[in-house]
Amino acid sequence: MLERLLILSAVLFCIGLYGVLSRRHIIAVLMALELMFNAVNIALVAFSRYVTPADLAGPGGMAENARYVLTGQGLAVFVIVAAAAEVALGLALVIALIRRTDTLDITGVSLMRR
Amino acid sequence: MGLTLRDLMLVSPELALVVLALAIVLLDLVLERKRFVLAVGVAGLGVPLAAALGLWAVVADGGAEMAFHGALIVDTFALYFKLLIVGILGLLLLASADHIERFRPHQAEFVALVLLSAAGLMLLAGAADLIAVFVSLELASLPVVALVAFGKNDRSIEAGIKYLVLSGVSAAVLLYGFAFLYGATGTVRLVALDPALPTIATMLPAVADGRPFGSTAVLVGVVLATAGFGFKLSMVPFQMWTPDVYEGAPTPVAAFLATASKAAAFAIVLRLFYTALGGASAEWSIMFAVLAAVTMSVGNVVAIAQSNVKRLLGYSAIAQAGYMLIGVAAVAGGGGDPLGVQSVLFYLGGYAAMNLAAFFAVIAITNVTGDDRIEALAGMGRRSPLLALILAFALISLIGIPPTVGFMGKLFLFNAAVSADLAWLAVFGVVNSVVSAYYYMGIVRTMYMREPPELDGPGEPGRIGAPVAAWLAMGVATAGVAVLGVWPAWLLDVAGSAAGALVP
Repeated sequence: MLERLLILSAVLFCIGLYGVLSRRHIIAVLMALELMFNAVNIALVAFSRYVTPADLAGPGGMAENARYVLTGQGLAVFVIVAAAAEVALGLALVIALIRRTDTLDITGVSLMRR
Repeated sequence: MGLTLRDLMLVSPELALVVLALAIVLLDLVLERKRFVLAVGVAGLGVPLAAALGLWAVVADGGAEMAFHGALIVDTFALYFKLLIVGILGLLLLASADHIERFRPHQAEFVALVLLSAAGLMLLAGAADLIAVFVSLELASLPVVALVAFGKNDRSIEAGIKYLVLSGVSAAVLLYGFAFLYGATGTVRLVALDPALPTIATMLPAVADGRPFGSTAVLVGVVLATAGFGFKLSMVPFQMWTPDVYEGAPTPVAAFLATASKAAAFAIVLRLFYTALGGASAEWSIMFAVLAAVTMSVGNVVAIAQSNVKRLLGYSAIAQAGYMLIGVAAVAGGGGDPLGVQSVLFYLGGYAAMNLAAFFAVIAITNVTGDDRIEALAGMGRRSPLLALILAFALISLIGIPPTVGFMGKLFLFNAAVSADLAWLAVFGVVNSVVSAYYYMGIVRTMYMREPPELDGPGEPGRIGAPVAAWLAMGVATAGVAVLGVWPAWLLDVAGSAAGALVP
């Protein structure tokens, strides 16, 4: 089961990366970025569920050591928060961009590297 | 469980910075004179400075303290970076006093965002598990996105979008790497004071089966994490954003990115690889050696063709990151020798001084001329002899010519490489320094050998001055370059005790 989840996560991650690199519309780029973060979340939660350190499987077990077992899920929660902050900032830049240039096509935004 | 006073004491430098940032935003609402806000910002840096020095005294004998259930570590290694970042911040705020007047009426927000980002960088230097690394990295880079776009002109917004997207991608790649490291080891802890607690290093699969890093999952994790950090370090092949962002961002922000941001990124790379992956040092040492060689070559060769001074400093930052990667690669004696780490720490300190001196001179000049092309620097030797001298001295130090800190820093880096059996890398570094002399000296030649341009607008191409605060910052940075160039021993000692916390 872990393999399937990891394959799903890898596929999603690659779709996201491809989207970021190929999309011309800034909103689409931000959506693709979200996809990458969520692919990571799937991997984190899957690892959290299926991988338990060997020394936690003994007496006391999962209940005793829940905070180690849940580490991956904890990190996933932080990722969700950070991704939201990232997008909020992205949307602020989108507004700044559209006020100046009247377009959201980022091919139009390349003054440098002439 | 729960928050204790001890935890708060251990993060007091970061806490002081965050409180200072919030206080500045609030003060801005009641104060009429905005200059005062900046003065409060600079004076307030005394608190985190004192806190970091106080903590240094606590852990100076090689001990370490952990805060927040092992999420953060306070040792001399982390504190070295915290002190460095506070120092950079103070000089940067002083030097940009004039520049931030352009952001009226948002000067206070600018200062507050710089402080918040610096708090993230300081946390990053003391992060002891992967969650703390990620959270502090985001805290450090999100304010910088806003700062890069702060110029509100087309270039600045373009640079902001580029930095947002690329730092987002790098964060996602880094996290994917962290996910694999976590999956392979079942823990996110980099260091633990209690040897019974599992850390990544103790849980790593045995390297016995001949695969790099012991297992494919760890290999994938290490490669992805290196790529993610590579963006922050502006390491080839993840350096594409650097020149664009440096050119588009307000110059003080570019200076912040080049010094503070890069220092903290090196801090976490050193900590991750030396503690969590110390057992596999033979494998990642050669990886960093190759990356160092490629990074400095690309940075130096492409810099030759640049005509914009901020863009040139961007490529220079790439090349300098390459030199510092030599020190990361130079693990001798199975990771038991602190020479490589020590040389990186020393170089980061010296690099901050010389790069800030160069950026401050450029800030002072472009504030008046409003033109950041290299040819606009023509005749600067006559228009402003002192600024030209400071810039020339900083550039000579960036090449690595004695008696400057750049020479001493490179000497220690190359020495570390040779003692780690990487003599070819040291040779590579020397050849690259020669190449870099061409474009750095090109600026010096333009300043002293060419006539000032004819002005289209009204007025003579007259003398260029700077406010007292900027002179003070430039004086300190330049003095740092010169003093460390002739008397490097004290910083080397401090760097040595900081490196000792990482490599016992």
